[in-house]
Amino acid sequence: MKSSSPMKWFTSREGLYYLALAGLLVVILPLALDPFRLNMVGKYLTYAFVAIGLVMCWGKAGILSLGQGVFFGLGGYCMAMFLKLEASTPEATAIQSTPGIPDFMDWNQLTELPWFWEPFHSFSFTLLAVIGVPMLLAFIIGLAMFTRRVGGVYFAIITQAIAAILTILIIGQQGYTGGVNGITDLQTLMGWDIRSDAAKTTLYFVCVGMLFLCLFVARFVQNRKLGRILVAMNAQENRVRFSGYDVAAFKIFVFCLAAAFAGIGGALFTLVVGFMSPSFIGIVASIEMVIFCALGGRLSILGAVYGALLVNAAKSGFSESFPELWPFAMGALFIGVVLAFPNGLAGLYQSYVMPLEERLFKRKPKIEAEPAAEPEATPEARKPAVAATEARDYDPMIEHYSPEKS
Amino acid sequence: MNAARSKTSDFLLAVEGLTVSFDGFKAVDDLSFYLDPKEIRVIIGPNGAGKTTVLDLICGKTKATSGSIKFAGKELTRLKEHQIVHSGVGRKFQTPSVFEDLTVFENLELSFPRGHSVGGALAFKRDPEVIEAVEEVAATIFLTDALNEPAASLSHGQKQWLEIGMLLIQKPDLLMLDEPVAGMSVAERKKTAELLKVITKDHTVLVIEHDMQFVGDIADRVTVMHQGKVLSEGSIEHVKSDPKVIEVYLGH
Repeated sequence: MKSSSPMKWFTSREGLYYLALAGLLVVILPLALDPFRLNMVGKYLTYAFVAIGLVMCWGKAGILSLGQGVFFGLGGYCMAMFLKLEASTPEATAIQSTPGIPDFMDWNQLTELPWFWEPFHSFSFTLLAVIGVPMLLAFIIGLAMFTRRVGGVYFAIITQAIAAILTILIIGQQGYTGGVNGITDLQTLMGWDIRSDAAKTTLYFVCVGMLFLCLFVARFVQNRKLGRILVAMNAQENRVRFSGYDVAAFKIFVFCLAAAFAGIGGALFTLVVGFMSPSFIGIVASIEMVIFCALGGRLSILGAVYGALLVNAAKSGFSESFPELWPFAMGALFIGVVLAFPNGLAGLYQSYVMPLEERLFKRKPKIEAEPAAEPEATPEARKPAVAATEARDYDPMIEHYSPEKS
Repeated sequence: MNAARSKTSDFLLAVEGLTVSFDGFKAVDDLSFYLDPKEIRVIIGPNGAGKTTVLDLICGKTKATSGSIKFAGKELTRLKEHQIVHSGVGRKFQTPSVFEDLTVFENLELSFPRGHSVGGALAFKRDPEVIEAVEEVAATIFLTDALNEPAASLSHGQKQWLEIGMLLIQKPDLLMLDEPVAGMSVAERKKTAELLKVITKDHTVLVIEHDMQFVGDIADRVTVMHQGKVLSEGSIEHVKSDPKVIEVYLGH
């Protein structure tokens, strides 16, 4: 990657793909969609953070985590705790037997705020915790697992178990966590009403901004030597080890990175959706996150964003018309991805659209203004839209990597 | 061994009383041998003699049940794999294990001994020093023209050379090669022997090999292993004429 000057990079092929995504998210979708739908896209985007993390962790380094919902949830709960405390002023909760504590605590006969809620009065602490808590847990899991060489399927099962444990813990400790209902009735962020249409639109743009920040962090990591080590580790772990690298340290790093991304996504999810509950972080949710990543293309960070958008859009579309069919469609999608196109949309794009593009590029260099795809189209219109959207699904790194990833 | 030899400090590598048992089976049984600096030692022996296990033990891939491995005065049995690499031991595996998805250049660059921590790998820059080292090694292993090719496109022999190159760029004091010419064509075999001769000018080399012709070409001394123990040790002529070796390995 010789991106000597930023301007040059933006006119490079890779830069154009990023610009196209930015154009779609910043210009086209906000213009095309009403605030309600845009807010939904915002929600989908928060999953894209998790998917980017999974690309780094699973796609590149080969560490399949089926528990990314845990980190998503921790980030989300940290944010929800802050918002809940802000909503639970003594005035607003005057009718409770203990005013000034969140309502669900009062219902569960708690008479004072638990100690671990106290720091969440501070917004700066909350922001730190949104990234720090998921990373800390990922670090502990990573230290325990990777230094003992637990990997592959065993690691996946353990992460899934952790997702189950966290969900059970949250549901069981109703007085401290809000239980199965989650933390609801969140109203303002530092006095700013997050429920209005204007706020939702603003939050959407915050999501987009943060998403690009994470994309650039991920891109930075994958383009450094560290990125190549991750890929190398996936294929020949022992060779990396006997080239003098502490493999466990690199695994812990990338797992923590993915956890941090997921935490940011979770916090934004709470803001965009207005509540947080255990149903968003459990086993099923965690597996869905892997599907977003797989469909988009697990080697492509941009692909992951499209994967999260498309699967979620399809999910909403399906659930609105045939709610009971969605789980089957989802399962079929996953099987289809694994069997038919293991590198997801990005892989399809690379093998089918890029040769085409190459020809076009040769004739006229400024071909990028392709018709924009709209993920929010009706289900029937969606299939062709896939083809068009994926026209920007390219990630130059994938070019160097063969599809033979476990 | 005897009293004169137990001054381990003179040796680059001193393996003493090394034993490893897998569920009661002793793959390596009270094994001792010593390598002088700049020596080329070849280990031969029938299948299952424990040759590869010895290399695994030295490089830390397998942990010893008992015994000691002293390398340049350092006890290796207590170190982790990457620490053993940093103390100057390089290991080539039997089947070529290179990073197929990366180019030859990137393969060598990854093994360059700098930026091996997480932070270091993030900050690592491809500076002239790295490029020079990579090009120098590439020339040694006959892969200058393939630097930008993905390693997956190399032939079997070229992959073996690349892996040797990945060791060379680490600048190890001891190189351990597990059957470096296995599966190679006659021409490649010849080139590999040349390569090893260049390498052995400034490295100590421990090789496992079956090809007796090749062994005779390169070895200073030969250690014959059988059932986890040393059966015979000495010059190639010595072991070739040793009746025990003829009995279990070379055949009549």
